[in-house]
Amino acid sequence: MVGVTEPVLLGIVIATALAFDFTNGFHDTGNAMATSIATRALKPKQAVILSAVLNMVGAFLSLTVAATIATGIVDAEIVTLEVVLAGLAGGIVWNLITWLFGIPSSSSHALVGGVVGAVLAAAGTSGVLWSGLTAKVLIPALVAPVVAIIVASVGTSLVTRLTKDVPEKDNDRMFRWGQIGSASLVSLAHGTNDAQKSMGIILLALIAAGAVPADSSVPFWVIVSCALAMALGTYMGGWRVIRTLGKGLVELSSRQGMAAETSSAAVILLSSHFGYSLSTTHVATGSILGSGVGMKGASVRWGVAGRMFAAWLITVPSAALVGAICYWIDSAFGGGTLGSYVVFGILLAVSAAIYIASRRKPVNHSNVNDEWDPVQDSEAYIAESVSVHRPEKMRVKRKELKRSKRRAAKREAEELARLEREAQLEAERASHESLETEDQPAPRKGEGR
Amino acid sequence: MNEFIEWGALANVLIVGTLVGAGLPALFALGVRILAAPGARDDAGEVSTVRLVGAWACFAIVIAAVIGAIYFLASGGH
Repeated sequence: MVGVTEPVLLGIVIATALAFDFTNGFHDTGNAMATSIATRALKPKQAVILSAVLNMVGAFLSLTVAATIATGIVDAEIVTLEVVLAGLAGGIVWNLITWLFGIPSSSSHALVGGVVGAVLAAAGTSGVLWSGLTAKVLIPALVAPVVAIIVASVGTSLVTRLTKDVPEKDNDRMFRWGQIGSASLVSLAHGTNDAQKSMGIILLALIAAGAVPADSSVPFWVIVSCALAMALGTYMGGWRVIRTLGKGLVELSSRQGMAAETSSAAVILLSSHFGYSLSTTHVATGSILGSGVGMKGASVRWGVAGRMFAAWLITVPSAALVGAICYWIDSAFGGGTLGSYVVFGILLAVSAAIYIASRRKPVNHSNVNDEWDPVQDSEAYIAESVSVHRPEKMRVKRKELKRSKRRAAKREAEELARLEREAQLEAERASHESLETEDQPAPRKGEGR
Repeated sequence: MNEFIEWGALANVLIVGTLVGAGLPALFALGVRILAAPGARDDAGEVSTVRLVGAWACFAIVIAAVIGAIYFLASGGH
């Protein structure tokens, strides 16, 4: 490459952008596939392979690349390669931290946060367009789940009403197909939108370094490497996030899964059509919550959802903090090549540390569908009573049903014993009373107090 | 239109989103119901032609919507 001003810096930025692309795929597999995995429409491995392939296809599908990063959110003139690098590092670190805790959080918000932090460190508060940040990032983060909850709950309630007297077996068989179709659409949309962000960043870096002319389109190797990085990330599967989305929020049936996934696809595509882009993650999470709200007898773990909302609110500030720190480190080493080496090294070290921390309690394709928590008593009793009295209202695993029947039988026996004891006591008391009434007016014993 | 929330776009997303995002699953569910509701099968265990046509009409609309969505993505997603 002739005329490249800072080849090493450029190389590092490209590597980091691909790494971000990888974490993006990795982190967002769950948005599309968590419901299909949870309802066993697809085996976990099949699901991530399907999603990876569709993400890759999606990356090639459309090449209208927004060659801009955080337009309207930060002052475009300040975005240098160092800022982009620090921003990417912030995005990657936040993605990995939220993955470690199994929290689905928006990858694009993490990237925006990282860049905002780096710009703050580079140019102070004047470099950030605060109203743009509020209108394009912070408020949509609050709006997206609400919209998705509404759409998915309406959809779920319609679906469950329409199919309530259809045999469970037929429902599962057919809705699984619907679910796979809608989940595939979400994967495809993710590939189209998110791979292009990384392509845009790499193109920007290439232009900034003078490697390609300013009006260049995306070089083919950039498309291929971005598509591959995202597909690989998707295939690795952020199992922790998948587990939270599929099992943590709502116990999903295939009807709910289908309604949730269709609602996600519709809201994501329509929001980008109407120019009011909502985060895929926020929409997917909201849809899953909505599918719990819309179905009678389903329960939503609002505690888990609350933790997620909290994470979304701190995504931008936290990623910004990491981005700013990276930028400071970079400039402390004089910026340019040396600083970038240091930032890259630190990024590798932090990623390795997070990976090691994750090995302590690994979540993978084999245990992703395990029960979320040991069944609590209150929940068990409600499930038991519903499944015993109105079995059509609730799907219960056969094992659970047997267990609950055993419990019910045991309780019945206890109740019987208690009744017997009481009857005995009653009889005794009656005999006493009959004795007492002979001596004195017993019913008035307690009076006059 | 407010400085912070684009109410117009948001209302569009919500209304059309509900129509499409809830309507398509409902249509699919209707198809499932036509095919598999109690009484859908006659004494020989066959589903009647009328029901088959009705159900596949529902599914066809859903499939058309999916193809439309793919076309939308391929044309740039805007």
